[in-house]
Amino acid sequence: MISCKEAVSRLYAYLDRNLGRVPEAEMEEHLKLCRHCCGELEFAKQVRAALRRPGTKTALTVEARTHIEAYLKDLENERGAKR
Amino acid sequence: MIDAPVAKPAGFEDTVRPHLEYLYGLAVRLCGNRTVAQDLVQAALLRAFRGFGRLRNREQPRLWLTRILTRCHIDRFRAEHEADEMLSLDDEARFDLFDKITEEDPFPYSDRVHLDFLDLFDDEKIIEVLQGLHPAHRTAVILAYVYGYPAREIATMTATTVGTVLARLFRGRKQLERGLWRYAEQRNLIRREGASG
Repeated sequence: MISCKEAVSRLYAYLDRNLGRVPEAEMEEHLKLCRHCCGELEFAKQVRAALRRPGTKTALTVEARTHIEAYLKDLENERGAKR
Repeated sequence: MIDAPVAKPAGFEDTVRPHLEYLYGLAVRLCGNRTVAQDLVQAALLRAFRGFGRLRNREQPRLWLTRILTRCHIDRFRAEHEADEMLSLDDEARFDLFDKITEEDPFPYSDRVHLDFLDLFDDEKIIEVLQGLHPAHRTAVILAYVYGYPAREIATMTATTVGTVLARLFRGRKQLERGLWRYAEQRNLIRREGASG
């Protein structure tokens, strides 16, 4: 069976389905027997969920939307003027 | 007989407008600053506008727009992206946030200590921590773990190999784990044994 150190190093690749068939099977065999690495796996999923958390910082502000949409209009107008 | 109206192909503005919120969120995550993000979105829109004639699938332009914005970001911060990626690998690779939280037990009365730790971070704090990653690693981590793009696609977006993307994801994760812990420590978000107050 692979070691915990090896299993932890493969966790994200395992979640991404980036492991080959054999390493993935080794990983699953390890996870069936190792509570610590199951905890690591669950935590890896939670870290990803935290990264995806929406919030005010990443939301498009009214001011930014106004600027960007005005810029889009300018681009379209520029094309219209060239026709 | 009246002919059925023929649908007019969507113009550039109609094609990209539904994706502005998404592009802005991606830009803020990549560069960590709203003003720079707005500028980056506009630079990407200009590049997209110029290449719009070559876009085949106008019904699903998100991937195309993501590629353009990512390339604009890398072009703009090329020097930072190309800075030495191999610094302090040994030190970084040894750090394991799951184990660190277990050992330090910053919430002694909690039965969900790992989740409680992550709950300390809203999107603003996460973005601050992400800014501490090497730019090339940060880009890979954001595209993979926030937006779910596969390594093969990220390799195309960032003009590198799948092997390099996987290495960047590994390094980026380690920097992220260490960054989350440091951030919590430095801002006194967690109480550590022996700490005063």
